[in-house]
Amino acid sequence: MTLVPDFSVQRVFVDPWTTGIDSHGMMALVTFLVGCTCGLVGNFLILRRMALMGDAISHSVLPGIAVAFLLTGSRGIGAMVLGAFVAAFATHLLVEGITRYSRVRPDAAIGIAFSTLFALGVVLVAVFADRVDLDQDCVLNGELPMIPLEPPVHLGSLSLGPPPLVRLAGLLVASVLLLALFYKELLLTSFDPGLAAALGLPVSAVHHGLMLWLALAVVASFEAVGAILVIALLILPGATAAILTERMVPRLVLGVVHAALSAIGGMHLSVALDCSPAGASVVAGGAWFTLAWLFSPTAGWVPRWWRSRGAA
Amino acid sequence: MSGPEAGSTSGGPVAPPLEIHDLTVAYRDKPVLWGVDLEAPAGKLIGIVGPNGAGKSTLIKACMGLLPCASGWVKAFGHPVSESLGRIGYVPQRESVDWDFPVSVMDVVLMGRYGRVGLFRRPSAEDRRIARDCLDQVQMLPFADRQISNLSGGQQQRVFLARALAQESDLYFMDEPFAGVDAATEASIIALLQGLRDRGKTLFVVHHDLPTARDYFDWLLLLNLRVVAFGPTAEVFTPDLLQKTYGGRLTLLSEVAEAVRAKAR
Repeated sequence: MTLVPDFSVQRVFVDPWTTGIDSHGMMALVTFLVGCTCGLVGNFLILRRMALMGDAISHSVLPGIAVAFLLTGSRGIGAMVLGAFVAAFATHLLVEGITRYSRVRPDAAIGIAFSTLFALGVVLVAVFADRVDLDQDCVLNGELPMIPLEPPVHLGSLSLGPPPLVRLAGLLVASVLLLALFYKELLLTSFDPGLAAALGLPVSAVHHGLMLWLALAVVASFEAVGAILVIALLILPGATAAILTERMVPRLVLGVVHAALSAIGGMHLSVALDCSPAGASVVAGGAWFTLAWLFSPTAGWVPRWWRSRGAA
Repeated sequence: MSGPEAGSTSGGPVAPPLEIHDLTVAYRDKPVLWGVDLEAPAGKLIGIVGPNGAGKSTLIKACMGLLPCASGWVKAFGHPVSESLGRIGYVPQRESVDWDFPVSVMDVVLMGRYGRVGLFRRPSAEDRRIARDCLDQVQMLPFADRQISNLSGGQQQRVFLARALAQESDLYFMDEPFAGVDAATEASIIALLQGLRDRGKTLFVVHHDLPTARDYFDWLLLLNLRVVAFGPTAEVFTPDLLQKTYGGRLTLLSEVAEAVRAKAR
């Protein structure tokens, strides 16, 4: 048995787009949708220096699902999503509460909230193992390869695709709409909350709204890529875009481009190495980030080195 | 009411631009501002001076409702501040924001218009025209498309000032607008503030440098947790009151003595 399967251009680069498009293409599309929505939210998390909130909220998904199982005894997607969403938003409120009513600073409060809630989830799953038939691996790593196999949603006679795809596409459309409507509020409350409040903008409502959006993005995504890898998809698109441009709208657009390239790169990588497609797209996303870091025309290491060499 | 002048023509008593009654602000149960009572006259350039930790920034933030008050109230133009926000302009401390933020100079000045733009709307062509005009007033128009991280400290301060001008307010609070600017910029900023005052605006400006405070401001608010004095500069810029404000800080007091002597000459 070889560690890396034999490389074949046909199998790695051509087949996924032709014979394998139903499964590979679908998985790449789901990953792209996750990366898009998460990347849009993530851009604002990065600006607000709240990148860790993504960690916190994604870790709270496990206890949320566990509690939802205990209460409803149902493995239906509705209970799961609701449980995860309530837990995600509760994490945000817990972080706010700790920050406001104790001397603990926000970064430490995030650390406290998500590690404790995650541990609570682990304990719940272990204690009620007989009643909670929950695959922790699925929650943490997602089940992307299963999504193309799900029966598609039909709108009349039109087949829209597997339910997770439809949910993610709906969330992306809603995200873009919300962003267009509240762009200036998000921008000003991120840049200068003091002025925003002085102008009468609803600063804390915008903050709660952003956290709500983050919770929705994480909950819609964990099913596909898992609660751990979603953290990477929240931060990598925005971080890569931040290296490449100093303007906000181009940053958002480049985040989407990064999500697309990560999904496609991940598809080929997962075929080449015969590995988890979710993991492979995050590895691809990390690779794109590294390339941007090295070769960004303005801030990249290599162009800077080249210029300084020319100057010397 | 569209301005202080409009109020005076309608007859009856004119509400002062700012009225503070028994304002106390506490931070973790420790008062940082005690029983502030004052009524500001309209059309004055007012300096807020006092030692570090005197509560100068706190006073400004509490006036604008950015900090919770333990007691007391603040009114602007006769109404609670929350109802008068459209008439109040704000220049926060320059270090209070991240200058690596991915926006241009023009974007920042347009933010001053956000209070008027309204929900779900984008700044209009008129908002852009006003923003350009305000940038021109601080001689920053050539930098309109610059990314804000490529500005010097003085340029950043002027961008903040342009943003406050774009708010088109009648009452301004400015937190150390002279911090980190060179002498030439400081002179042009003070000329701009005096121009606003001459158009009937009221300005509260936190200022650090005592010797220039006497020349710059019409009125002074001497602050050290409490209001030590509030009145026309000529009346309150006295060694006695300054000593009460700053305590026994010798270097500063000799500086002031020097300044007062220079004034007597």
